[in-house]
Amino acid sequence: MQVKREERYSLRLQVNGKRYEEQVEPRKLLSDFLREDCGLTGTHVGCEHGVCGACTVLVDGRAVRSCLILAIQAEGADITTVEGLAQGGKPHPLQEAFSECHALQCGFCTPGILMSSVEFLQTHADPGKEEIADMLSGHLCRCTGYKGIVEAVQQVADRRKEGEKHESGDPVSICSRTAPTV
Amino acid sequence: MKPAAFDYLRPSTVEEACQYLQEYGEEGKLIAGGQSLVPILNMRLSTPECLIDISGLEELKYIREEGDWLHIGALTRQRDVERSALVREKTPLLAEALPYIGHMQTRNRGTFGGSLVHADPTAEIPLSLLALQAAVVIQSAEETREVNVEDFFITYLTTDLMPNEMLREVKIPTGSIPKGYSFQEYSRKHGDFALVAAACVLDVDEQERIASVRLTLGGVDAVPVLAREVEGLILGEKLTDSLLLEAGRAAAADIDPEGDLHASREYRLHLAEVFAARVLETAYHRAVLGKGSAT
Ligand SMILES: Cc1cc2nc3c(=O)[nH]c(=O)nc-3n(C[C@@H](O)[C@H](O)[C@H](O)COP(=O)(O)OP(=O)(O)OC[C@H]3O[C@@H](n4cnc5c(N)ncnc54)[C@H](O)[C@@H]3O)c2cc1C
Ligand code: FES
Ligand code: FES
Repeated sequence: MQVKREERYSLRLQVNGKRYEEQVEPRKLLSDFLREDCGLTGTHVGCEHGVCGACTVLVDGRAVRSCLILAIQAEGADITTVEGLAQGGKPHPLQEAFSECHALQCGFCTPGILMSSVEFLQTHADPGKEEIADMLSGHLCRCTGYKGIVEAVQQVADRRKEGEKHESGDPVSICSRTAPTV
Repeated sequence: MKPAAFDYLRPSTVEEACQYLQEYGEEGKLIAGGQSLVPILNMRLSTPECLIDISGLEELKYIREEGDWLHIGALTRQRDVERSALVREKTPLLAEALPYIGHMQTRNRGTFGGSLVHADPTAEIPLSLLALQAAVVIQSAEETREVNVEDFFITYLTTDLMPNEMLREVKIPTGSIPKGYSFQEYSRKHGDFALVAAACVLDVDEQERIASVRLTLGGVDAVPVLAREVEGLILGEKLTDSLLLEAGRAAAADIDPEGDLHASREYRLHLAEVFAARVLETAYHRAVLGKGSAT
């Protein structure tokens, strides 16, 4: 397959369960595609070189930097952004926990952290604080000091462990749709 | 911060990728996981005419053992190598090194081969592979050749690869797996590039004397460095506290780091001495324990 620089490629992929087909230049970043072409501005853009984590989304179930992927590279992929977390008008358990634990102030970093946390909780049955901090090393938050974020993620993990049925059901139900292939 | 315009090519086989490389030469740039290349493109430090996207080539995503070699396909994601039971069993050094690379979110995308070809002198994968005496398989439209990792790195961000060549796979010998191993590094903040990194594989004999050792240091020169002096000093010896100190000094005597924004020359020398001793100590203890459990 070849696309010339001035050409627009007809790109098909799926975001939050919805199919999109948009015309893109080869150089368009996935982060810009999500924001500009899909109108999903929940994915934030901070540094555009992979350091801050604000742009993190799930591509085929895995948390990755959308500023370090060309949109054209994601052809056929199944993408989940922060807009895809709430189900049936109810916030995702992580979103509720973030609210309860004061895990956000300005909220700029939050969408990226939520997406990483979704994958993290799916791959860690019983995470400790250390592991949560390790996952958060890929995200910069200039407001909270991280304490509330660690607590929020821990809370969702603990509730899941206790088998406590939280209001919005299975705490990580979103993940089952996009199980990562390991 | 957006990349300059480029033509985009997506080959569906390795052969097709090699043909594109042959055709485009210096103008064509391979993109694998993009975790090093896309930041460079975004900042326009590089403006290639054409990007050749190999990230989807499934045929180069594998980890398998054949005879006395572990083969890892160049496009295997770093996260998959990190989580592989086979890697943990056969090359525990690699399994220990991988979590130090960037973050979970970059390892989900970054490839094993991409890190090797990017050839950052502090990078964890090159340093580990140098300790493990690995070889790389290189392919072009004209030939396939094999090079020892020891001869692969030329200088800062430069390898033995010609513009028409690509990395196909990495081969790690697993014939006699050293029982002792350790990877440790120092960075300002978890996930940052290391200031200094050290890797060591080591075996002991029945009397707990060092039978074989390879110690490598990163962040101390333009390429990862094998600390040969250490080998001469400690082979055949039991590791005592005084020998450990001496070995650390010997490792630091081998190198000539440059100071930069992140660390002065003196600080890097200090870190090299400390971390060489730390990986040696850990690897030795693991080797001795391993011997104990095997007999
Ligand atoms: C925030 C952040 C932190 C990081 N921290 C670290 C760290 O601590 N340690 C570390 O080692 N790295 C680190 N990296 C970089 C690392 O994650 C990259 O994954 C890796 O260096 C490159 O792999 P890639 O597959 O992404 O390659 P790409 O970015 O796609 O390519 C890198 C280079 O290799 C070439 N290339 C790739 N594959 C092949 C191939 N098969 N044959 C020939 N040429 C090829 C490309 O043309 C390009 O020149 C970090 C990156 C980020 C964004
Ligand atoms: S905007 Fe992508 S990591 Fe900062
Ligand atoms: S809440 Fe403001 S940056 Fe994290």
